[in-house]
Amino acid sequence: MTEPSLLTPVLSANWDEHQPWTLDTYRRGGGYDGLRKALAMHPDEVIQTVKDSGLRGRGGAGFPTGMKWGFIPQNDGKPHYLVVNADESEPGTCKDIPLMYANPHVLIEGVIIASYAIRSEHAFIYVRGEVVPVLRRLHNAVREAYAAGYLGKNVLGSGLDLELTVHAGAGAYICGEETALLDSLEGRRGQPRLRPPFPAVAGLYASPTCVNNVESIASVPPILNKGVEWFRSMGSEKSPGFTLYSLSGHVKRPGQYEAPLGVTLRQLLDLAGGVREGHRIKFWTPGGSSTPMFTDEHLDVPLDYEGVGAAGSMLGTKALQIFDETVCVVRAVLRWTEFYEHESCGKCTPCREGTYWLTQLLTRLERGEGTEQDLETLLDVADNILGKSFCALGDGAASPIQSSLKYFRDEYLAHFEHGGCPFDTAASTAWASTAPASTGAGAHS
Amino acid sequence: MSTDLGMPMPPAKPAPPFPPEVRARLEVDAKEVIGRYPQARSALLPLLHLVQAEEGYVTGTGIEFCADMLGLTAAEVSAVSTFYTMYRRRQGGDFHVGVCTNTLCAVMGGDEIFASLKDHLGIGNKETTADGVVTLEHIECNAACDYAPVVMVNWEFFDDATPQSAKELVDDLRAGKHAVPTRGARLCTFRDTSRILAGFPDERPGAVDEGGAGGAASLVGLRIANGTQADEPARLTPARRPPTEDVAKDAPASPSSHDAPARTAESDPAHPAPPTGPATDQDGDQAP
Repeated sequence: MTEPSLLTPVLSANWDEHQPWTLDTYRRGGGYDGLRKALAMHPDEVIQTVKDSGLRGRGGAGFPTGMKWGFIPQNDGKPHYLVVNADESEPGTCKDIPLMYANPHVLIEGVIIASYAIRSEHAFIYVRGEVVPVLRRLHNAVREAYAAGYLGKNVLGSGLDLELTVHAGAGAYICGEETALLDSLEGRRGQPRLRPPFPAVAGLYASPTCVNNVESIASVPPILNKGVEWFRSMGSEKSPGFTLYSLSGHVKRPGQYEAPLGVTLRQLLDLAGGVREGHRIKFWTPGGSSTPMFTDEHLDVPLDYEGVGAAGSMLGTKALQIFDETVCVVRAVLRWTEFYEHESCGKCTPCREGTYWLTQLLTRLERGEGTEQDLETLLDVADNILGKSFCALGDGAASPIQSSLKYFRDEYLAHFEHGGCPFDTAASTAWASTAPASTGAGAHS
Repeated sequence: MSTDLGMPMPPAKPAPPFPPEVRARLEVDAKEVIGRYPQARSALLPLLHLVQAEEGYVTGTGIEFCADMLGLTAAEVSAVSTFYTMYRRRQGGDFHVGVCTNTLCAVMGGDEIFASLKDHLGIGNKETTADGVVTLEHIECNAACDYAPVVMVNWEFFDDATPQSAKELVDDLRAGKHAVPTRGARLCTFRDTSRILAGFPDERPGAVDEGGAGGAASLVGLRIANGTQADEPARLTPARRPPTEDVAKDAPASPSSHDAPARTAESDPAHPAPPTGPATDQDGDQAP
């Protein structure tokens, strides 16, 4: 049995307190102490502290946060901008939304520290529009922070002037890509930019800009407050610290589990009560739909950047979507592919056209009207998208196809043999009876 | 509404402006929004939310207003507004009901919920009930996978939904009763929601504090760590507050299923909207 002490709630530590979204509750738990410590340091020291902590970006790519800050050129005479990517939309990903809903001040404190470090006087939180409860809490927290002197002119007497604008998006997955986000924030269609130049050199309004994920920025105040050694006491050498793992799907207790990097799914499942009664795990994603899927062979893979990478996938957003044996992998992959087709911004031909054809092929395969040759075509099209577009959306579209064919090729074939999907869709629902599912009913239409 | 080539017809004439008193009011709001940004054009997305708050959808009138405020052309504004899915291109209901049918919610029952709502309401994807109350749409992942399957109403969370709870929910909405989100504040209309999205905080007393810090799934890890987790599954069917009060409706009822893009603003009674056509999905999206 996995010990509950394995868990390390830091960002989620106050979520069970009275109104944790308020400034009062946040401050009672030591909130804004990290900011005071940061403001007593030189900005370069703050950047060095975050570098020393080894904090890596929690939005998917895992790039060292302090290094990103260090790329912002100093004394260049241009305004600098901090932009928080709160556009959480990767299928399966559900960590930043509960974080901002329960504890928006930890993000705001992080924004102020990061802005001080990179010498930014205007920061933005770009939050996806489809989460009004979060927007409401952010509006309120920013208002509280201005009133308390954490934002505005001469923050806490430090000489730092900082404006913070909460900006709601309008529904576009692609805006989670950092350069598309910047175009969107400039009032344009959200389409990725060719790099270089990178945002650190020419970002928002062609000025040096740092784009960081919500959880990355929210992890900064505890680091400043409790120190680098404390942070590095969790996780591994190359992936230090704590993070939010989000379990969803066919688990007994889905939800947010904050744990040191490097925990395994077996340990997390143990805490979550396991896969739902009477069923077993079939496939899962380590970090959202864009990360190649895993199976029950991978339960002991350390869920850190290196461990997941070595096993052939990516840690991504730590969105652990659990699917049991009642789920048809072809149906799952088709639905994700429809998503990528819908969300492709249309800028790059391989992605725009490729995701269209992938959807056509998979639709035919799911109906049982495909051929074995279609599987080769599917891989060929996926290969022609992967790495051949400006941004990673196309790569994400290829991942579920390539990985599902690697592990479940027979299931694709079973669709031809059966003349359709052999699974009963009713068996996978949250309200399905707990008795082992009957398969082969062919009820899916 | 198309030419032989299947292309949308160009507008016969420029969209009429807002009436002077409406424009004067919106200009004050627009200037406040623009003032939040170092460069004016950054205000475009919020301004589109603002004109949607005014009229319920983005009309030619709204587009011209945004263009005028930002020194852009109507074509530039249209190009942006049509890129983003949250901007409506025709009039819809007071309550936007979104059912997540991305993979995880779909297999957990989102497909069944969406199908049962279509059947129950007698409408298809992106269509509106004849009383102008509910617009139904299947949506993509809304970052609440630990509460799957998820239904959103005016972008507030109705977690752990079932076909039954979803049907009761839309029945309550259509009966003018309060429906209380599992996470979020008591519902306001689609237009009021759009105003919050434009960056104007929800000023209803207590709204910020409604909905708690999160449901069982948000808190499960913390509670296990603290030794306060009860041993039952976190996934519980939420109990909704009994519907009692009437929702104040300030938006006029709107017929559904106008062809998009509709060209007529409510502010322009001289140019009524085209007649309600057969209920079809204009954007070519397929129901899953």
